[in-house]
Amino acid sequence: MSQFATTAGGERHVFPDLKTVLACASPRRSGDELAGIAAASDVRRVAARMVLADLPLTVFLDHPLVPYEEDEVTRLIVDGHDARAFAPVAHMTVGQFRDWLLSYAATPDVLTALAPGLTPEMAAAVSKLMRNIDLVTVASKCRVVTAFRTTIGLPGCLSSRLQPNHPTDDPLGIAASTLDGLLFGIGDAVIGINPASDNLDACMTLIRMQDEVRRRFDIPTQSCVLTHVTNTIAAIERGAPVDLVFQSIAGTEAANRGFGIDLAILAEARQAALELRRGTVGDNVMYFETGQGSALSADAHHGVDQQTIEARAYGVARAFAPLLVNTVVGFIGPEYLYDAKQITRAGLEDHFCGKLLGVPMGVDVCYTNHAEADQDDMDVLMTLLGTAGVNFLIAVPGADDVMLNYQSLGYHDVLTLRHLLGRRPAPEFEAWLSRMGMLDETGRLPPQGPHAGSVTRLLGNGA
Amino acid sequence: MADEAIPFDPFARFRLATRARIGLGRSGDALPSRHLLSFQLAHALARDAVNGSVDWDGLTAGLPDGVETVAVHSAAPDRQTYLRRPDLGRRLEAESLGRLSHAGWDLALVVADGLSAAAVQAWAPATAIEILTRLKDWKVAPIVLARQARVALGDHVGERLGARMVAVLIGERPGLSVADSLGIYLTYAPRPGCRDAERNCISNIHADGLSPAQAAEKLVWLAREGMRRKLTGVGLKEETPSTSIAGKEVPAIPNDA
Repeated sequence: MSQFATTAGGERHVFPDLKTVLACASPRRSGDELAGIAAASDVRRVAARMVLADLPLTVFLDHPLVPYEEDEVTRLIVDGHDARAFAPVAHMTVGQFRDWLLSYAATPDVLTALAPGLTPEMAAAVSKLMRNIDLVTVASKCRVVTAFRTTIGLPGCLSSRLQPNHPTDDPLGIAASTLDGLLFGIGDAVIGINPASDNLDACMTLIRMQDEVRRRFDIPTQSCVLTHVTNTIAAIERGAPVDLVFQSIAGTEAANRGFGIDLAILAEARQAALELRRGTVGDNVMYFETGQGSALSADAHHGVDQQTIEARAYGVARAFAPLLVNTVVGFIGPEYLYDAKQITRAGLEDHFCGKLLGVPMGVDVCYTNHAEADQDDMDVLMTLLGTAGVNFLIAVPGADDVMLNYQSLGYHDVLTLRHLLGRRPAPEFEAWLSRMGMLDETGRLPPQGPHAGSVTRLLGNGA
Repeated sequence: MADEAIPFDPFARFRLATRARIGLGRSGDALPSRHLLSFQLAHALARDAVNGSVDWDGLTAGLPDGVETVAVHSAAPDRQTYLRRPDLGRRLEAESLGRLSHAGWDLALVVADGLSAAAVQAWAPATAIEILTRLKDWKVAPIVLARQARVALGDHVGERLGARMVAVLIGERPGLSVADSLGIYLTYAPRPGCRDAERNCISNIHADGLSPAQAAEKLVWLAREGMRRKLTGVGLKEETPSTSIAGKEVPAIPNDA
C-alpha cells in the first residue's frame, strides 16, 4: 500500500506503511522505543494521529498488519469478522469513529451489537486518538457479562480475583491467604493460584485443595490453578476437578508459539472443560492473561506496536468465550512500560480495547520494583478502572505477592473501591457473604472482629 | 476487644506458614498505619537496591590478597538507560573491551550489579571466594566487576577472555520480602547470542535462602559436570541432584516488621 503523509508544525511527515502510522500514533512508551518503532518526536506523534484520524476503518480489513498467510491470529480475525455487525460504522474514518463512540448514540446495547464487527486493529487505532477519560467513558458503556458459578460484569458490580500465591505452594499458606481474602469479600471472579511448580502432580494437589475449600464452605465461585494449558488438559484426563482452564496468550502466532500454544490446543482445552459441566449459572470455562510487550519480548511482534498487538490478543480470547480475561499490565517491567504514566495509560487502553471487542475484561493493577511506580499510582489506576466499569480486579494480601515478587492491589483496596463507588460483588457471591453474616444492613462489608461468626467459621478458633 | 490484654489473633496458626501479609486488620476499609508504613519501608528498600550503586572499592577490599579484578562497564551509561534498554546492558562499552585479554581460562567470574546493588554488596564477595576455594585446580580469570550489567554481558566477557565457561554473579530483581538476593548464571562456551536455555541458574542467595557456601557447592558441581559434558543449560539441569530450595522453611515476616 502506498505511503501516508501529512504536514504538521510546518513540517512534512511521511509514514511508509500502516503499521508505522499506528506505532507513531501511540502514546510514548519504552517498549516501542526499545523496538525502534516509536515516533521520534512529539510533533511526529501528533502528525501520525492526524493521518490515522482520516483513514477509513475499512483500511484494517483490506491491509492486515501481520500477513494473513503467515499468522493464524490474523486469519482468525479476518475470517471471523462479522460484516453485518460492522455495517453501522463501515463508512467511518477512525476520527469519526472516536466521535461516534463518545456520542449518546453509542449506547450499551448498540456497542454490544457492534463488537463482533470490530477488529482488534480498529479498536487499537481509535484508542490512540483518545484521551484517558475517553477510554474510561466509552468502556463504561460496554457491557460484557459472563458466568460459571457466579455472574460477572453486571451493571453496578465489581468482581475480584483472589490470588493466594505462595513461594513453595504450601497448602496452609495458600489457605491462609484465601481465607483472609474471603473475609474481605474477595474471590467472586475466581480464586486463582499461580503455582510455583509446573509439576502436574503438584498442580493436581492444588486443584483438589481449592475444590475442597470451596465445597467445605459452600462458596459460589470458581477456582483455577494457572498452569500451562497442556497441564490442565492432562489434569482433566486424570480426573481433577477443574473449573477453569487458564492460559497466557498473545497477539501473534509466533508469540503464542513462544508460550507453547496455538489456537487448536486452546479449542481442545475448552472442549475438555465444557464436558465436565461444572458451571451452575453459565458455561464460560476459559481464563486468559495478556500484557503489552509480550510479543516483543518473544521477538514476535512483526514491527507492530505493542498496544496493537495486545488488542489482537483479545481477538484470540473472544473466540473461546472466556469467563475472565485480564491484562497483567505493569508486570512486564520498565523496558516495556517505564513508569506509572505509561502503566496507567496501558491499563486503560487494554480495558477499553477488550471491552469494545466484547471481552470480559479485568486488570491486574500492578508494578515491579524496578518500574517508576508505587502504590499511590495503583490507587489512581484502580479508581479510573472502577469508574470505567472494569469486570474484575486482582487482589493479594497486603498488595504484596510473595511468590511472583511484584505488587498488585491488596484486599483492602478492592473493598475500598467497592464501598467508594457503590459497586457490589457478583450476586451469587454477595448472597453467600450475606449468609455468612458478613454484610451490614446497607450491603457494606464492615471490619470482621476477631470473634465474629465469619472469622470463627472460616478460621476456626485460632488454635 | 477492649477486655483482652493481648488481642486475640485468629491468624496466629497460619503466620508461620506464609510470609504473605495476612490478617492485617482494617482502619475502616484501609490498611492500619503501622502496616502501611511497613509496606512502604519494604518498597523503599527494594527501590534503593535497584537505584543504588555498588561500592566497588569496598567490595574489592573484601577479597583476599592475590585475587585480581578488572572493572568493566556495559554500553548503558546510567541506571535510567539500563532500565529502558536491556540490549545495552548486555554489551560492553568500547573502552572496557580493551581491558580484557584473551587467554586460555577455564572459567571467567563476572560480578554484575544487575537489579540489586545491595545483593552484590552483601553476598558477591563471599560467594566468589567460596567458588575460588573449590576450584583451585582450575585456571580462573581475574574477577570481572561489571557496572550496569545484565546476565548476557557475561557472554561478551567470556568470549573476549577466551574462557571455556562464564559464571555471572548478579543482583536479582528485589521483591518486598527480600531486596538483596543474588543469583548465579553459568554458561558453557560463552559467546554473544547464547540463549537462556543454554544457562544454568542458581537463585535466591540471601540471608533466608542459600548461603554463599551452599550456592558455591551447587555451582561447582554444575561447572565440573558441564565441563565434562561440554554443555550447560536445559540438558544439564535435568540431571542435577538438587538446584532448588523447594522445601526450605520460609520464614514469616513478623506481624509488626
